[in-house]
Amino acid sequence: MSVVETGKPKAPLIYNPKVRGIAYQVLLCALIGFLVYGAVTNAMDNLARAKIASGFGFWEHTAGFDISQTLIEYATTSTYGRAFWVGLLNTLLVAGLGIVFATILGFIIGIARLSKNWLVAKVAAAYVELIRNLPLLLQLLFWYNAVLKALPELRESLLIPGGGFLNNRGLFLPQPTFKEGASAALIALLVGILASIAVRIWAKRRQMRTGQRAPVLWITLALVFALPLGVLVLSGVPVDFVYPEAGRFNIRGGIEVLPEFMALLFGLVIYTAAFIAEVVRAGILAVSKGQAEAAYALGLRPGPTLRLVVVPLAMRVIVPPLTSQYLNLTKNSSLAVAIGYPDLVQIFTGTVLNQTGQAVEVVVITMAVYLTISLVTSFLMNLYNRRVALVER
Amino acid sequence: MKRVVIRMALAAILGVAASAASAQTLNSVKSRGVVHCGANGTLAGFGLPDAQGRWTGLDVEFCRALAAAIFNDPSKVKFVPLTAKDRFTALQSGEVDVLARNTTWTSSRDTSLGLNFTAITYFDGQGFMVRKALKVNSALELNDAAVCVQQGTTTELNLADYFRANKMKLKTVTFATADEALKAYDSSRCDAYTTDASGLAGERLRLANTNDHIVLPEIISKEPLGPVVRHGDDQWFDIVKWTHYAMVTAEELGISKANVDDHMKSDNPDVKRLLGTEGKHGEALGLTNDWAYRIIKQVGNYGESFERNVGQGSALKIGRGLNGLWNKGGLQYAPPIR
Repeated sequence: MSVVETGKPKAPLIYNPKVRGIAYQVLLCALIGFLVYGAVTNAMDNLARAKIASGFGFWEHTAGFDISQTLIEYATTSTYGRAFWVGLLNTLLVAGLGIVFATILGFIIGIARLSKNWLVAKVAAAYVELIRNLPLLLQLLFWYNAVLKALPELRESLLIPGGGFLNNRGLFLPQPTFKEGASAALIALLVGILASIAVRIWAKRRQMRTGQRAPVLWITLALVFALPLGVLVLSGVPVDFVYPEAGRFNIRGGIEVLPEFMALLFGLVIYTAAFIAEVVRAGILAVSKGQAEAAYALGLRPGPTLRLVVVPLAMRVIVPPLTSQYLNLTKNSSLAVAIGYPDLVQIFTGTVLNQTGQAVEVVVITMAVYLTISLVTSFLMNLYNRRVALVER
Repeated sequence: MKRVVIRMALAAILGVAASAASAQTLNSVKSRGVVHCGANGTLAGFGLPDAQGRWTGLDVEFCRALAAAIFNDPSKVKFVPLTAKDRFTALQSGEVDVLARNTTWTSSRDTSLGLNFTAITYFDGQGFMVRKALKVNSALELNDAAVCVQQGTTTELNLADYFRANKMKLKTVTFATADEALKAYDSSRCDAYTTDASGLAGERLRLANTNDHIVLPEIISKEPLGPVVRHGDDQWFDIVKWTHYAMVTAEELGISKANVDDHMKSDNPDVKRLLGTEGKHGEALGLTNDWAYRIIKQVGNYGESFERNVGQGSALKIGRGLNGLWNKGGLQYAPPIR
């Protein structure tokens, strides 16, 4: 034991605080391990005694049910495992888009709440207070019914210029399919993205050295959008569009956005944005006034002051609670079950659990999935936090 | 709903399931003084609390008959409303003693779920409801249609099978409860709504404009509905099964709620055995010998219960059809009590 050999006056091991501490922890771990082991074996025994099927064999069985939104190929003859992936991707889709939009909306509203314009500030405050004080489930049901009621029926679809439809069955858009030769545009897009990163680094270095600023935004836009588009046109637009067509009952073809998806995304974004707005407001208020005053004294206008001085300083305060909001949004997406959006909980702990009857396995898998998503999100946000955190010198 | 599932999963882990699943159901019901009955809660004709909060329906009356047989008091039932997707977990984990919730008997439910189906209390089949304005006369014209359906049902599977077998395209919109599915159909999210034919009759009455909707003639599946118990308790299985058979036998012998007392003096050996004036058939079940008398006196025979809840005495006005007695062109047939 290295603890004993340190040359300090020898005392019985039992009085050594380090040894004691370790002993307590080992005991606790053993106890928890024993409890978990006991629970698992007990559950398995009981399931076997009650003749309830257990194990993960169901993963390969035919699912036999239909799913309304599938990002990967899925048919009723696919397996439960496939249905699981369909549900997981649907959850990730709505959570990912939700996080992006909620962040944008939340920042706008948070900053608007601090505006010197009375009307803007009060509207933002009213939004936050109204939205964050109503239960999310209620809001989702409201948005879903609002979406269904507000949109016209199939036969009176709103026509969207360019060949799209909007009705209470969803939003239908033409789907581009790329033919041969489109890869040149794709390569141009990649080149554009890499080049714009390089320009950004170069512009920053130049600014540090000479104080001159380059129009980085315009160059980036040109590289990322104009370059690939130009290549696309030069190569003769090798793109076909699959247009949605109205059938007897439904619209087929093209990109289909379900009303359930729209309602869920809308509800999650609106709700989470209210919380993010408060996080942003708190972060900005935490930046000492002197920082902004110093920036003004240097001659910066309010816009650049906010963008270059206040917000970067505020990020240190904003990022940790922002992470919780991202996790909340992801977990809240499981309320999809109430409005018929086929997310992981709806498909897997809903239909699959019911068809197989294997509650323990299915619920454990689902919990593990949400835990993994949350831990990955936290990990990424912690990496970002390390970048923006105060560096002590 | 999610909370219920998780609670049940925890209950299963902690071993509640096992103690309840062993051959003790009758004893625990007796010591508790009340039968826990998993019921529908939102389906007219089968399980629905009325305006006074009193539960009504064919499945509900089955549970009352069970309570009458055990306690001589049909009110000793606690109804637990369950959604389609939570019902089996509730039964497996011991939350309810019997599941009488228009549940279809299938081989996989009977085997791998650790459950046993006792008897068929209602022969049903799946149908479709559509708006009249669509001018659809057959389910085979539903190619490409969007169909609203409740989650966790055989309905969901039959629907996919039917469309696949007939090479039709399908858009399913799945909801956790029948209520939500019906509401979505009512707001035109779907072209058709599908569930068991008996359910369609009841759900149609709940729509804003009942006469704008029609039920299509096709019945696309066999849906034998009946009460379910946990695997492994044969005594309880027998009690639940014979409760139904006693009601059917009573109808066959012409014994009703009104005339059961007169039949106590009957010389007909079949009647004597049913009502317990001869033989010890009730004691063999672990009940008293007048068990069937109690059921008939307090609840009535199968035909009475049927007419009151789904037949001519109800708003649904469903004919006996397959649910008529075997000697009157139907399928309801009880093994002899002897």
